[in-house]
Amino acid sequence: MPKSKSAYSVAGRKEKLDTHIIVVWVDNEAGVLARVVGLFSGRGYNIESLAVAEIDQKLNISRITIVTTGTPQVVDQIKLQLKKLVPVHKVADFKREDKNVIFKEMALFKFVGTNGKIDKAINACKKYNAVILDTTNRSKVVQITALRREIDKMANNLKKYGLISISRTGAVAMTRGEKVFK
Amino acid sequence: MPKLFSGAEIVFKCLEDQDVSHIFGYPGGAVLPIYDELKNHNTVKHILVRHEQGAGHAAEGYARSTGKPGVVLVTSGPGATNVVTALTDAYMDSVPLVCISGQVPTHLIGTDAFQECDTTGITRPCTKHNWLVKDINDLAEIMHKAFEVATTGRPGPVLVDIPKDIQFQKTLYKKFKRKSKSNGASHNNFSQDNIDELVHLMSKATKPIFYTGGGVINSGPKASELLRELVYTTGFPITTTLQGLGSFPGDDNQFLGMLGMHGTYEANNAMYECDLMINIGARFDDRITGKIDEFSPKSKKVHIDIDPSSINKNVKVDLAIVGDVKSVITSTLKTLKKSKPNFIKSNKQKTSKWWERIQKWRSKRSLDYIGSEETIKPQYAIERLYELTKDKDTFITTEVGQHQMWAAQHYKFNKPNRWMTSGGLGTMGYGLPAAVGVQIAHPQKLVIDIAGEASVLMTMQEMSTAVQYSLPIKIFILNNEYMGMVRQWQELLHDKNYSESYTAALPDFVQMAEAYGCVGIRAKTPEELDDKIIEMLNTDRPVIFDCLVDKQENCFPMIPSGKPHNQMILGPKDKKENKITGKGRTLV
Repeated sequence: MPKSKSAYSVAGRKEKLDTHIIVVWVDNEAGVLARVVGLFSGRGYNIESLAVAEIDQKLNISRITIVTTGTPQVVDQIKLQLKKLVPVHKVADFKREDKNVIFKEMALFKFVGTNGKIDKAINACKKYNAVILDTTNRSKVVQITALRREIDKMANNLKKYGLISISRTGAVAMTRGEKVFK
Repeated sequence: MPKLFSGAEIVFKCLEDQDVSHIFGYPGGAVLPIYDELKNHNTVKHILVRHEQGAGHAAEGYARSTGKPGVVLVTSGPGATNVVTALTDAYMDSVPLVCISGQVPTHLIGTDAFQECDTTGITRPCTKHNWLVKDINDLAEIMHKAFEVATTGRPGPVLVDIPKDIQFQKTLYKKFKRKSKSNGASHNNFSQDNIDELVHLMSKATKPIFYTGGGVINSGPKASELLRELVYTTGFPITTTLQGLGSFPGDDNQFLGMLGMHGTYEANNAMYECDLMINIGARFDDRITGKIDEFSPKSKKVHIDIDPSSINKNVKVDLAIVGDVKSVITSTLKTLKKSKPNFIKSNKQKTSKWWERIQKWRSKRSLDYIGSEETIKPQYAIERLYELTKDKDTFITTEVGQHQMWAAQHYKFNKPNRWMTSGGLGTMGYGLPAAVGVQIAHPQKLVIDIAGEASVLMTMQEMSTAVQYSLPIKIFILNNEYMGMVRQWQELLHDKNYSESYTAALPDFVQMAEAYGCVGIRAKTPEELDDKIIEMLNTDRPVIFDCLVDKQENCFPMIPSGKPHNQMILGPKDKKENKITGKGRTLV
């Protein structure tokens, strides 16, 4: 082994990464999002996607949904570090494979081209709750809701049908059944 | 009509209600209304520093030696950015600080106004929480919340940024109702089952060790008393981290000394070979663990900490107990006495082999060094300083580097809150201003900053503060003309390429002391050292003590980079006895 020249230890072996969805309930105040994402960047955690909006106007509570990858140890740290932030009320964590949780992302697709081509595209979108939001002679805007990888696939496949612009949200999550995360 | 108070008045009302007696600060445009109000509040004394970083470290020294939060007052822009190092230092070492900063008036925020900076943005990652006060009606609540956040749970720094217009605006002030003293207890999250499990592990262990840290000190003096009781009741050996020094008597036979990179041979080997490790208020820092994959491979590990995020962060543990050290030890002692009244007797035999093994390691005498009649060895200087001050209730601060490690190794502490050093961040320049803060809090006590000549120059300007307030701090400089720890690493790891680690053109510290209006003393030989130290101790004024020490001395023992605890390198004395020549020393 070559002689280490560092005052610090060398990195240990790499562990398997899992994808987790972290849901954070926070006070909707100035700078709160910066605190949350600053914690992720400052400690070197990943953010795959992020969705945030106020969910209770009276109590001023926002719900932040973050998709992240990490070793089990890192995911634990993410939760514990988040809980230490003063404006954070509670933190939930779901594995992407969890069958008891619904994950959804929304995407807006703009198609430009002939009607024939666009119709084919709309057809393909149908299984993802397609809603047509705007129509002109030469274009359509369609909204779909689906999983991240489904949207990825659609975005790729529909290019040939005149898909010229995509706008999409981060994932949001909700547990199935009567149960609510306390 | 009820009386209306200005923002500046409310700041002081809050400080008074929080029983703040001293604030460390430096005035400037954006805090002038607060400074204007100072004259009306006799119970709050302001200490004028010479640089905002000094204010921060002084407040840290104040906080760590008293257990009360330190309060800092700085202006906007450069005032706030200068205090960032001290805030980060306090964050790493869990020191309660409340920093109040001025800000440009609200209507100018975001316009790149004169002395404007995004203070809450800059300090977000180095505080537990911070606030920008945008409405005068929120000010009092935020101020009180700031004190609560800084002092509860794992303590740390907070910052309240107050725009100048808010300081002028007026509103009502509601008398603050202090919540019943809840620090610690409210953060306890452990059950009797946890404690039973711990006692069970303790009763089974044949090679146990306590590994304790700054959390014991932060839990209050009572926690240190309880720790001693626990250690004596169990008969287990104990080692402490750099920050834990003083929680257990340094001259006790059960104490193995400090552990970690420059810890003792016996402490580190005991950590490696133990079968039960009980971590109380320490955080498995990388200077402690060495190579993490080979850290204490055969032990069950218990971690007692008030901060749940400390648990399993660096090292996976078998039993986690989340709670205040004081409460956890109280419960443990209670259970231990009830369920195993003869613990120490039944345990003595079980751990007797372990103690024999420890004695063997001890006999290596890993802190020994080769003495000299011509030059002062730095270790010798610390030893003499200790011998000549141990009967006084002495407070020691340090800078960062070799002198800091030698102080930790050779100065023995018997009480908590007597040892103030920058561990986590490793801030050179910490010790002198920290000594100022300690002396403010303990005007009658002996306060010594054990310093290196490079570190102390970083905040030397605070000597002026010490003179202004007649603070008889003693700056004991181990002067080897090098950034010693940097030089040591370069010698051991970079083929003796001493790149930029020698300070040419050092000032004459004796003349410098005189220029500041304090006393300068120089010691050049071991022979005169004692007399000079006694002269320093008999001087009732600030002293800069220039102790010229061996320039080549390295700090041993040490765990070399990327190595586990059982592969320490020992000092030249051991090498000599084991017939390994000087060349072997560099093959780290």
